[in-house]
Amino acid sequence: MAYSDKVIDHYENPRNVGTFEKGDQDVGTGLVGAPACGDVMKLQIKVSAEGVIEDAKFKTFGCGSAIASSSLVTEWVKGKTLEEAAAIKNTEIAQHLALPPVKIHCSVLAEDAIKAAVADYRKKKNSEAAE
Amino acid sequence: MSAETKKKLERPIYLDYQATTPTDPRVVQAMLPYFTEKFGNPHSRNHFYGWEAEEAVEKGREQVAALIGADPKEVIFTSGATESNNLAIKGVAYFNKARKDHVVTVATEHKCVLDSCRHLEQEGFRVTYLPVKANGLVDLDQLREAVTDKTAVVSVMAVNNEIGVIQPLAEIGAICREKGAFFHTDAAQAAGKIPLDVNAMNIDLMSISGHKLYGPKGIGALYVRRRPRVRLTALINGGGQERGMRSGTLPTPLCVGIGEACAIAAEEMGAEAERLRGLRDRLLDGVTGRLAEVYVNGDMEHRIPGNLNISFAYVEGEGLMMGIKDLAVSSGSACTSASLEPSYVLRALGVDVELAHTSLRLGLGRFTTVEEIDYAVDHIVEAVTRLREMSPLWEMVQEGIDIKSIEWAGH
Repeated sequence: MAYSDKVIDHYENPRNVGTFEKGDQDVGTGLVGAPACGDVMKLQIKVSAEGVIEDAKFKTFGCGSAIASSSLVTEWVKGKTLEEAAAIKNTEIAQHLALPPVKIHCSVLAEDAIKAAVADYRKKKNSEAAE
Repeated sequence: MSAETKKKLERPIYLDYQATTPTDPRVVQAMLPYFTEKFGNPHSRNHFYGWEAEEAVEKGREQVAALIGADPKEVIFTSGATESNNLAIKGVAYFNKARKDHVVTVATEHKCVLDSCRHLEQEGFRVTYLPVKANGLVDLDQLREAVTDKTAVVSVMAVNNEIGVIQPLAEIGAICREKGAFFHTDAAQAAGKIPLDVNAMNIDLMSISGHKLYGPKGIGALYVRRRPRVRLTALINGGGQERGMRSGTLPTPLCVGIGEACAIAAEEMGAEAERLRGLRDRLLDGVTGRLAEVYVNGDMEHRIPGNLNISFAYVEGEGLMMGIKDLAVSSGSACTSASLEPSYVLRALGVDVELAHTSLRLGLGRFTTVEEIDYAVDHIVEAVTRLREMSPLWEMVQEGIDIKSIEWAGH
């Protein structure tokens, strides 16, 4: 299978690989997928007091398309509010990377990873507010 | 670096010899005249062109037979191992239908064997799919139990295409002979790689592929024992060539090619195996010496020297293949197949699904050089290291988290 130039670029020069301190209050972590399925994505967002995503990092176990999808969304979520980030659709990711049909699930996973990271951050904020 | 290696480096290094092999230049040379001046139809009985072609075809048949200790009369030409396997299994089952309705095979067989068996099941035959042990080898006691007086044919591959393990052919042959079932072996990956003797091993039918042993694509052979005689129902009907078992004009250049390939293999097998074992060990030692959590799939002792199947834990196979794009290898990972299921062969060995996703098949062969192996080791180590740095699973393991304790949401 031939990969698109964008997938190759993200695979060879992945953006924002790394890890934030999971316990930090301004960090939301999304861990989606399963090793048995061949894809696991960890997406982390660092959120400002104003609710804007200031930074993002990822680590992914998966094929080139999975790595590219998660690398891409770390770029896309930066500067967005939580609502805006959670509104990113897998179809936009798939279209941008020109993913073939058999790789659409990689973009779905990336969308799920954003939503999971946002949900994790909100959960932290809520429990903080409840204290 | 030698000029030859340098020239080869302009293309990815070929480490996929179980998928196919290049046609040996000596084989090509032997074939060439039969495309042009010696183009006769080997079945033309009444002129020189036909006789010339027939003589060449029969020489090829003798060369194939000699490689496996058979009589040339017991070898028929087919289009490849897929056809040979179809003909052996379905042909014997159909012919013996009145008395027998059972076939025994193994879970790790090639798709064309398994699919032929599925087809027979749809037609009312019963098929037993034997499991394999963790090392990929069949359990002889289980096999003995599975074979009954209703079993027409037992089909067990000689060498597995993914993990290179060698099944105990002589032992299986003895059991089949004792129980009165025919023994078919798919020897596509074995012929020319390990010594085979149809009589010593009690093999009744054997499939061979031209392009797996440095011969041309598009031709194979099926050995069909004459004493005791194995009879089968032809799948392709026509002019009755190949003793009625496989009609169609024989492709003279291809018959010459597979014959020459067998003759070269018979001559060079021992030395080649020795050389490949050295390269294989160099590759494995190179990788395991520099990377942790690397696992070999399949038995290392009962294995052809030209195959390695390795799981690089926490790095997904297709992602890894993209990182080693200067190497042409194959992966047992789901993502390389349309089915999204990881290799059924590795699953049959009981390899964890997680690890099956991280496997690479590295196939070495006649034209693999030491320089290529050294390059491959560096390339693989570099890619695995880089991808592990990007792997959330590797990170968790470094933090001491048991990945199996996490409740993953499957998708």
